[in-house]
Amino acid sequence: MSNNVYIYILIMFGVSYLIRVLPLTLIRKQIENRFVQSFLYYVPYVTLAVMTFPAIVEATQSPLAGALALVVGIVAAWFEASLFSVAAMCCAVVLVAELFLV
Amino acid sequence: MSKKKYYSIKDSENRTAFRDGMRNGIPIGLGYLAVGFSLGIAAKNAGLTPGQNFLVSILCNASAGQYAGLTVIAIAGSYLAIALMTFIANARYMLMSCALSQRLDPGTAWWHRMLIAMGITDEIFAVTVSRPGFINPWCTYGALLIASPMWATGNAIGCFAGNIMPVRLVSALSVALFGMFLAVIIPPARKSRIIAALIVVSFAASYACAHLPVISSVSGGTRTIILTVAISTAAAILFPHAEASDSEQCGENADLEDALEGGVLEVAENEQ
Repeated sequence: MSNNVYIYILIMFGVSYLIRVLPLTLIRKQIENRFVQSFLYYVPYVTLAVMTFPAIVEATQSPLAGALALVVGIVAAWFEASLFSVAAMCCAVVLVAELFLV
Repeated sequence: MSKKKYYSIKDSENRTAFRDGMRNGIPIGLGYLAVGFSLGIAAKNAGLTPGQNFLVSILCNASAGQYAGLTVIAIAGSYLAIALMTFIANARYMLMSCALSQRLDPGTAWWHRMLIAMGITDEIFAVTVSRPGFINPWCTYGALLIASPMWATGNAIGCFAGNIMPVRLVSALSVALFGMFLAVIIPPARKSRIIAALIVVSFAASYACAHLPVISSVSGGTRTIILTVAISTAAAILFPHAEASDSEQCGENADLEDALEGGVLEVAENEQ
């Protein structure tokens, strides 16, 4: 089975845009349902966490370097380093660690 | 009802908002360029050309959402799977869109609403709501106009140069995306023990599912959907919104809470 890449792209665009545009154009007051509200509130944290680990350890040549990047990233983000610096620090850790590990 | 608002660029107020937006767009765009590079490498591995990845990026403007989509493309998954993955990974934008709907002048023209929607990303959302009062669409457009092309360019370059770069450098750059995810989820965890616990549970469950016999044979993308829905549902049942509306959040979420609260106040005022 081979799927058309442009249909994939169209679906990604369609879904990404509809998610953003529908509430903005249709909803005029706050969502009242407590469960939906809470569910939507937790989704970003859970989905980003699930996608980060163990993928970060598998993305690098040496799993240990990925694990170090995870630890450094968590510490830097904990102390509220900016998005850009957290990303940069993770890269730097892997670069340096793999000089010794690989 | 309130008057229709068209926000003509001829008004100096709107031009100022546009300039402010563009100024904010520069640091955001630099971050996007670097992270986009990292995502471009993932896109190349999924089999996209630099041009295709540029197209995806300029249309979707979503790091996690695009990454989620790439995991499906990489395994030639079904169209339904990619729609679901994109939906799950971008679900937070729905929440932000709800928040923004509360911060718009009720008379804001529909085409402005449709264009602002393009600018709902973690960073541009934060910039958009950071200005007091009703949202000025031009602030969003300014940031989007600078940051979005940089995002798409970073993505195209990463996709193009990923294979001519030393393996060492590719390996290092491929964690930038995860670093960005951490920068989004960790600061709120410092303020809320529930979110901290959820992240730990998510890490553990994700690791377990990647290695346990039966479920590890399910694709990574599908596992993300299952885990996200299961863990978020459990959290929503166990810790309903009382926690979510605590004012002790920070970063984007503080903006989000402010946006929601500001919206409620403004709606209340409008009704008087």
